[in-house]
Amino acid sequence: MDFIEIRDLKIEFTKIDENGNEVPGKLALDGITLDIEKGSFVAVVGMNGSGKSTLAKCLNGLLTPTSGSVVVDGFDTADDETIWDVRRRVGMVFQNPDNQLVSSIVEDDVAFGPENLGVDPAEIRERVDNALIRVGMFELRDKGAHMLSGGQKQRIAIAGAIAMKPDCIVFDEPTAMLDPKGRTGVMEIIKDLHSEGITCILITHFMNEAEQAERVVVLKNGKVLCDRTPEALFSDREMIERAGLEMPPAIELRDKAGLPETLTTAEAIADYMAGK
Amino acid sequence: MSISVRNLNYTYNPGMPGETVALCDVSFDVSDGEVLGIIGHTGSGKSTLLQHLNGLMKPSSGEIYIDGECITDGKAKMTDIRRKVGLVFQYPEYQLFEETVAKDVAFGPKNLGMDEKEQEERVKQAIGLVGLNYEEIKDMSPFDLSGGMKRRVAIAGVIAMDPRILILDEPTAGLDPAAHRDILRMVRRIHDEMEIILIFVSHNMADIAELSDKVIVMSEGGIALSGTPAEVFSQRKRLEDMGLGLPPAREIVELIKSKVPDFKSEALLTDEAAEDIKRYMEDARG
Repeated sequence: MDFIEIRDLKIEFTKIDENGNEVPGKLALDGITLDIEKGSFVAVVGMNGSGKSTLAKCLNGLLTPTSGSVVVDGFDTADDETIWDVRRRVGMVFQNPDNQLVSSIVEDDVAFGPENLGVDPAEIRERVDNALIRVGMFELRDKGAHMLSGGQKQRIAIAGAIAMKPDCIVFDEPTAMLDPKGRTGVMEIIKDLHSEGITCILITHFMNEAEQAERVVVLKNGKVLCDRTPEALFSDREMIERAGLEMPPAIELRDKAGLPETLTTAEAIADYMAGK
Repeated sequence: MSISVRNLNYTYNPGMPGETVALCDVSFDVSDGEVLGIIGHTGSGKSTLLQHLNGLMKPSSGEIYIDGECITDGKAKMTDIRRKVGLVFQYPEYQLFEETVAKDVAFGPKNLGMDEKEQEERVKQAIGLVGLNYEEIKDMSPFDLSGGMKRRVAIAGVIAMDPRILILDEPTAGLDPAAHRDILRMVRRIHDEMEIILIFVSHNMADIAELSDKVIVMSEGGIALSGTPAEVFSQRKRLEDMGLGLPPAREIVELIKSKVPDFKSEALLTDEAAEDIKRYMEDARG
């Protein structure tokens, strides 16, 4: 059994018509079937409106299926009785760092999750300290959250998720609003968490980020368009165009310069040119 | 049309415990028709600067001249400034609020006191300029549009006031690659057709390199670097120290240069870098 099992998942958003009646709206997800292995690093990409964020919200029961099912470590997200078993296992980090901090002081914010889980105070202290050390924010633990930069706020949001000791963290475009340094910092943390065995699911518009995952799921119109390794995806230009995506910078440059298709990274291009 | 910014200073909460210097002796000029790109890490003062340029914020000291007229001496009429200087915030689609696209875009012109006929003209023109079909879209709810289209409508709302200076705060943030390319093309077209000064802030170094005639780099409230994109992006070390980087194509070029000493290239964009690589490979073979 895989860690997350998604079966024919459909999400329909209803609309309210002029007379105030609920009418069927658009299918945001239209029959998604996916298995996410424990400890894997999966990127989810696709155009705006393809269903990426809707899928993210299904993974810890923020949204429950209109039909089909999402089962996390044996717990169905649609079951109210066990929803906290799901949420304890799957943490979420969203795009806007300003919308997800709840306390005015950094360490209080990180403690919010474990406090709600009813963790023993001494253990909360330990978890908060560890989480802050892991994201490199321990020194700023008693600072006001409003004093931080966007990248620092995003690290705090990640620390908040880590302090819940989840098995999996879903990152929904965590770098979209960050400056270049903030972006690389967050990507480093995601890779560290993955190497420590945490399942990482990264939703992103940046192909150089998707490229770093073990597997890339491409969504289009609420369906899975393809599900491959980054190497396989980024060697298929037709698929990239069909999905409304783009090639990572090194591959784009390689193709425009007419270099061999075996070169998939900037390092490989440089080595190839050095060898000529 | 021109902008001159002279010794601009702004301090948040002066004399209070939270006193923060947000702008520190900022001076620069933008001439008619130019595109100015502004980069800088979060908190470097970019947004504070933009809000000064259309009079939303008043400097602690210093002056801003728009077409020779001082807008910071307290005498200038705010409606005149805002008619000339259109400011589009980050994620402008969150500011859409009307029932229909046409009404939303008409909001600005209406507030400027234009009559209905002129409003409609402006709205039609603005919607066309952002690359949307007026007849198709005018009666739709802006909330039924895709992310990229919503952003176009929001930008049309500012363009409809016919500004001579258009300021965009991160126009491509959060868009998928296709929408990103479309918006970039649209920004270029608006600039060329309206013949205006364009000022934009971005964390995307490729966008900055592609669009800008001139770049300023903000750091700790001041201007740390300025010049053409080629000049600014030749300062790799200084940019990195400020938490910034190079356009992705140039990053790859620099990596190649470190391993291939006789490869010469100052390319900023993928197409230029590809040409330089092709030329080098042909020479190496030949």
